[in-house]
Amino acid sequence: MDNTVHERIRQDITDNNVVLFMKGSPVFPQCGFSAAVVQILSHLGVKFKGVDVLSDPGVRQGIKEFSNWPTIPQLYVKGEFVGGCDIIREMFETGELQQLFEGKGVPVRA
Amino acid sequence: MAMDAAMIERLIKESLPDAQVSIEDLRGDGDHYAAHVVSDAFRGKTRVQQHQMVYQALLGRMGNELHALALQTGAPED
Repeated sequence: MDNTVHERIRQDITDNNVVLFMKGSPVFPQCGFSAAVVQILSHLGVKFKGVDVLSDPGVRQGIKEFSNWPTIPQLYVKGEFVGGCDIIREMFETGELQQLFEGKGVPVRA
Repeated sequence: MAMDAAMIERLIKESLPDAQVSIEDLRGDGDHYAAHVVSDAFRGKTRVQQHQMVYQALLGRMGNELHALALQTGAPED
C-alpha cells in the first residue's frame, strides 16, 4: 500500500467538496462511464474537481484500494465515497443525488 | 478479455446463495454486461456496500477480465 498516494487522495477529498476520480478530464472524458457522471454533475450545476487517473497510474491503482471499489469513475462528496457510475445514475434518476448534495450543503442548480 | 454470463452468475451465487441473478449481455460481445441481483443479504446495506459485496463475489475480476458490469442491487420486496 502506497501511503503517499493515499495521503494525496485524502488531501484531495478533504480540500474539495466534490471530487470525481475519472478517466480523462471533465472537458475531455476518455471513457463513457466517466462522461456520464460528468454530464450528471454538469446538469445539476455542481462544481467539482476532476482527477484524471489516466495521467497518474499511482492514483489509478490507489483510489481502487482506498475506496475498496474496482472501477473508475468514483465520486466523493465532502470526503465520503458516494459511488460509481451505476449508483450515481440511479441516485440521479430517483432524485436522491440532488438531496444528498443539498443535505451536505453543496449548491445545486434548481 | 471476455467472461461468460453463466460464470458471473455462478460466482455471485457462491457468495450469495439466495440471490436471484439476471444478467444481460448488453452488446453481445461477452464484455459488457448488466446484472440485476436481489438478495436478502443486502437488507439494511447501502448501495455502495451491496455493490462491494457483488464485487467481492467476483474475486477481483471486476475491472480486470470483466470490463463492464452495470449493477443494480436490492433486497427482495416484502
